[in-house]
Amino acid sequence: MTTPRQTPPGKGTDGAVSLGLKQRALIILVLTAALYGLILTLFGPAYALRMTVEALCYALIALGLNVQWGYAGLFNAGVMGFVALGAYLSLFVSFPVNEAFWQGDFPLRLGRVLLMGAGVIALTWLIARGNRLFGLPRRLSTALAVIVGAVGYLVVMATLDPVARDIERQAGFIGGLGLPVWLGWIAAGAAAGGLAWFVGRICLGLRSDYLAIATLGIAEIVKAVLKNADWLTRGTLTVSPLPWPVPTPDTIGFIAARAAYLVLMAVLIVVVWWLLEKAWRAPWGRMMRAIRDNEIAAAAMGKDVNARRLQIFILGSGLMGVGGAALIGFTRIFDPAGFLPLNHTFLVWVMVILGGPGNNLGAIIGALIVYAVWVMSEPAALALFHLLGEAGQTLFGLTLPADLDARALQARVFAIGLVITLVLRYAPRGLLPEPRMLTRDT
Amino acid sequence: MDALVFFFNKVVIAGLVTGSIYALGAVGVTLVFAILRFAHFAHGDLMALGGGIALALTLAFPHAGALFGLPSAFVLMPFAMALTVIVALLADRWFYAPLRASGIRPVVLVMASLGVALMLQGLIRLIAGADAHSLYVAERKDIFRLALPFELARRKIVITEPQILIMLFTIAAVVFLHWFLTRTKTGKAMRAMSDNPDLARLSGIPVSHVVRITWIIAGALAAAAGTLLSLDVTWKPDMSFNLLLPIFAAAIVGGVGQPYGAIAGGFLVGFAEVLSIFNWSILLRPLKPYLESLIEIPGRLAFVPTEYKLTVPFVILVVVLIWRPTGIFRGKVL
Repeated sequence: MTTPRQTPPGKGTDGAVSLGLKQRALIILVLTAALYGLILTLFGPAYALRMTVEALCYALIALGLNVQWGYAGLFNAGVMGFVALGAYLSLFVSFPVNEAFWQGDFPLRLGRVLLMGAGVIALTWLIARGNRLFGLPRRLSTALAVIVGAVGYLVVMATLDPVARDIERQAGFIGGLGLPVWLGWIAAGAAAGGLAWFVGRICLGLRSDYLAIATLGIAEIVKAVLKNADWLTRGTLTVSPLPWPVPTPDTIGFIAARAAYLVLMAVLIVVVWWLLEKAWRAPWGRMMRAIRDNEIAAAAMGKDVNARRLQIFILGSGLMGVGGAALIGFTRIFDPAGFLPLNHTFLVWVMVILGGPGNNLGAIIGALIVYAVWVMSEPAALALFHLLGEAGQTLFGLTLPADLDARALQARVFAIGLVITLVLRYAPRGLLPEPRMLTRDT
Repeated sequence: MDALVFFFNKVVIAGLVTGSIYALGAVGVTLVFAILRFAHFAHGDLMALGGGIALALTLAFPHAGALFGLPSAFVLMPFAMALTVIVALLADRWFYAPLRASGIRPVVLVMASLGVALMLQGLIRLIAGADAHSLYVAERKDIFRLALPFELARRKIVITEPQILIMLFTIAAVVFLHWFLTRTKTGKAMRAMSDNPDLARLSGIPVSHVVRITWIIAGALAAAAGTLLSLDVTWKPDMSFNLLLPIFAAAIVGGVGQPYGAIAGGFLVGFAEVLSIFNWSILLRPLKPYLESLIEIPGRLAFVPTEYKLTVPFVILVVVLIWRPTGIFRGKVL
């Protein structure tokens, strides 16, 4: 046989390593199941179901990050931005229609502003292309484009302002479209992918550091917009209750509804996981690994490195968007202030690098373990600090700060940082290392 | 005339102050980026740490400044700088150096620096809580109001003591940096490392020494910037997140590996930020009688609402990455 073929893990020439990996996966799976079994027996089915569903939502986000980091080596430091944008889009598509908004003249006025914005963008783009289209001198067309863009931006903002204020005052916010939830999830993925396209187009030609900086920035900006644009998102007033994709607790009971959500998430994860595994084994996955491991060689083989990276960056961010939609869909409340870089970026990073970058099962298991530990660590940190505090009080006569609880939780931030640095140094391949793909014709 | 004085107070002074802080941070980022070849995400937290140490020292010795007639925190700043340098060196030894030695992709170092950033943040908030603190513990902030010798200007130019200190310190730091990089052997070695690390290593430049000096300069400037910023406003345990993006934007605008570029970039980003959130309708107000027939002047006419301040460095970053990834001063694109 002359065509190179990949061997599934466990059967290759490198049998020992792959078999070890399989056993290892099994052991870790059993341990994870035991962890969740323990949570079930200790805290009851309602709590355990909630934790499992949330962990699975994080698993979806972690799969998205694993695609970006594990498959392609792209550093996304703004996972939160994509999660938050996906969450908002699912709200916008599936939240019930706000009659107060649609009955007034708001849609018309808002449409006018949007049209104006589009007009300004088109005009600026035309003028920026002026040297090619109308033969203007290049500097002149650039200068003109900057001026037109700035003035147009000011005018659009000035017209948007009163509209936004009236919407906030009279209708609350623009509400949703009242469409089915699954459409909202698709829109969430699409919007996060669109944002990824924008960031990726700018940064993917450059080194990964620039992508990290830019994604860090975009995440903060997405959050700032969602938090402050009250006419769009109700801002800090929060939106609830969001529609459920499965029968609600009112109709089939609390536990059954959560279980239904769990089934939905599990099916979704299995489908995504299966597709990603397929892609990993396909020539496409091999190409992505080639690009990741040796960019220059891959480019020399005729692979369009930047286009492929853009593709995978969009794919991963889309998964994050769907994960964000699933996450707020379950909690049923959209609270822009609830999106924290700590939970939604760094925790996901820990899940991926601890689980094993490049290994999808590792990302899922990493998400399950890390999320459970993260949730459990809150009462643990509080108890520990109270214990230490009391000891300090009785032994050394320390006066405890009033915000001891808030400070105790900061110890977890320290722990996350420590875990990241230690894993990178001592276990860079994670719990489940990336499966080695060997060709048989060697 | 009053409007112009207002513009001077709100834009020129504020821009110089913000720009100085960003410049001091960006110099460190650009040096680390050029010599160690990674974006150091923990830099904002080094700044917060420096300010926090200065705060702790000021609380311990609230009257230290009385001897010199300066704010205590400023007098104690060298100690804060030294302690921050020690932290930076330890972070390098414990977390970055082993990774460098194992020959991983540089982007893993970025992630490690993110881990260090989280650790610093966690520690700072664990010890200091979440509240903002003034660095003026036993003293009062001196505010100078300079009257202008014109009849028309009733408004006064307002400048505070820390703002003057920030500008003076930045000038001193720039002069020192220029002298160091162009006149000393170590400085030249640093520039050589930044231009071509392999060649530098082959020519016998002691790499570990250069790395150490890089962290010393970066850490000291970060601590100084953090302390001075906290003197001007207040020290906040979570200040790092709002500093990181402008600092990176400044370093990239100036051209990675170009310390002068980083300084220029710092002022550019600082002024851009101040100009974007400035309410321009105040400048137009004196013209109101003439313009009234043409257009209506809105009460608030700013490019960016204050809540969206962080978009300014981001937009600058995006524009630079699209049109001139090497930055103004033709730095590196790593």
